[in-house]
Amino acid sequence: MSSFSRRKLITTAVAATAGVSGLAAAARIAERYGLIPPDHGGIYGPGKVLTYASHRLLTRDTFAREFPRSQISRRPVANGEVPDDEDFKRLQSGAFADWRLAVDGMVARPESFSLAQLWSYPSRSQITQLICEEGWSFIAEWIGVPLSHVLNVAGILPQARYVVSFSVQRDWVDSIDMADALHPQTLLTYGMNGSDLPVGHGGPLRLRVPRQLGYKSVKYINRLTVTDSLKQFSPGGSYAWYAGI
Amino acid sequence: MADAASVRSFASAVSQTTSLPRHPAIVRITHWITTGCFLALLVSGAEIVISHPRFYWGETGNVFTPALFKLPIPASRASVPTGYGFVLPDQNGWSRDLHFEAAWIIVFTGLLYTISGVVTRHFRRQLLPADVDLNWAALSRVLADHMRIRRPGAAEAGSYNVLQRVTYLFVIFVLFPLMIWTGFAMSPAVVSAFPGIVTVLGGHQSARTIHFFASVFLVMFLVGHIVMVCRAGFKNRTLAMLTGRVAATPKEGP
Repeated sequence: MSSFSRRKLITTAVAATAGVSGLAAAARIAERYGLIPPDHGGIYGPGKVLTYASHRLLTRDTFAREFPRSQISRRPVANGEVPDDEDFKRLQSGAFADWRLAVDGMVARPESFSLAQLWSYPSRSQITQLICEEGWSFIAEWIGVPLSHVLNVAGILPQARYVVSFSVQRDWVDSIDMADALHPQTLLTYGMNGSDLPVGHGGPLRLRVPRQLGYKSVKYINRLTVTDSLKQFSPGGSYAWYAGI
Repeated sequence: MADAASVRSFASAVSQTTSLPRHPAIVRITHWITTGCFLALLVSGAEIVISHPRFYWGETGNVFTPALFKLPIPASRASVPTGYGFVLPDQNGWSRDLHFEAAWIIVFTGLLYTISGVVTRHFRRQLLPADVDLNWAALSRVLADHMRIRRPGAAEAGSYNVLQRVTYLFVIFVLFPLMIWTGFAMSPAVVSAFPGIVTVLGGHQSARTIHFFASVFLVMFLVGHIVMVCRAGFKNRTLAMLTGRVAATPKEGP
């Protein structure tokens, strides 16, 4: 009995030590390879880390499903509210000719892009599904310039880890990691289903991140900040920062 | 060791009879972790459904497309027509966080249970129905007893009857895997790596609808399970799942 329980005690102690040091080593490796999401703290941290890390390992070079034109939803849902401040209305009445997208932070050449400049870059269109965190979804054709193209024009510095999107809707600030920012399907969209992006869908300029839920596709973006830390941008808010689900 | 001994003496004091071994430790531990996770998944899942209590079949579905069915409940979003004159508060942030935290724990627990069940031959010995029990006469007899919610006899105190075995196997090897599968199938990132898991179901909204129905079946199982535990003697059966031992001659239930 006593020798059995002593053996059990030693085994448990060895297993616990191995477990703790294994976890610590795993955490260091995960941090180095960008497998820890910025909102990893708190009681739900372990779940968020497991989800983000496994997705980053599984989806390094994968593409969101694209659909045939025949599957485009007849009536796309324009969710949320359209900005109703004077500045936005003035820009809208001028057909958004004065809309600017500032790109700053950890870039070699900070710049403010006009829509005409963005249109002049090689465009990409994709027919993907927008999945809302509420549960509904629709399929649309999204037309725009890959975010990676604009970031390369500005010249990303090597220490860059995240791209923060700012909207004219002041409470809608969100960010993505470089894996999604440089992904070929991540677009600065200015068109939808063959015409200009409607205001209800975030026009004149909306980020599209098709491998994540809709709330990561920030509408009405007018500024992008490239950064190595999200500390000052309160990542996620009440919703999880990573929404590949 | 002292703890286990005191728990055992407590158990025998409660039953006041000699007791028989019933559930191995791995089954008891995984049972209660699964119970906690399942309740967390149920509460958070229900919360998430409230934000859009409409279900669809196929790839896409939204307020502009016909619903397969709607739940007659109010919603936490003003954009969903429900017929109620009020909108519930949005609780999706913590609900989704809890849903995924519990999902990870239940998946790891399920893996541990499944592997140990194969290694210790728990499935073969305790859950695989005997050939003699797999005929309609035996099945319908057990089923009729269950329908009348008849108290199980002493012979069933130490093992599972055929209906229990079939139900448990269905829950373990059909419903839980289906929940995990359809859960993955709703993730745009996961399906970017494995598109087949959602296309074979008919699309994103089909996966969501199946996820919902599988959860309904699991809740039905939970209700039936608790009813049968109460009928068999709540205190005795719950203690058996806590201490691992069951009274040889069970006292009357509460």
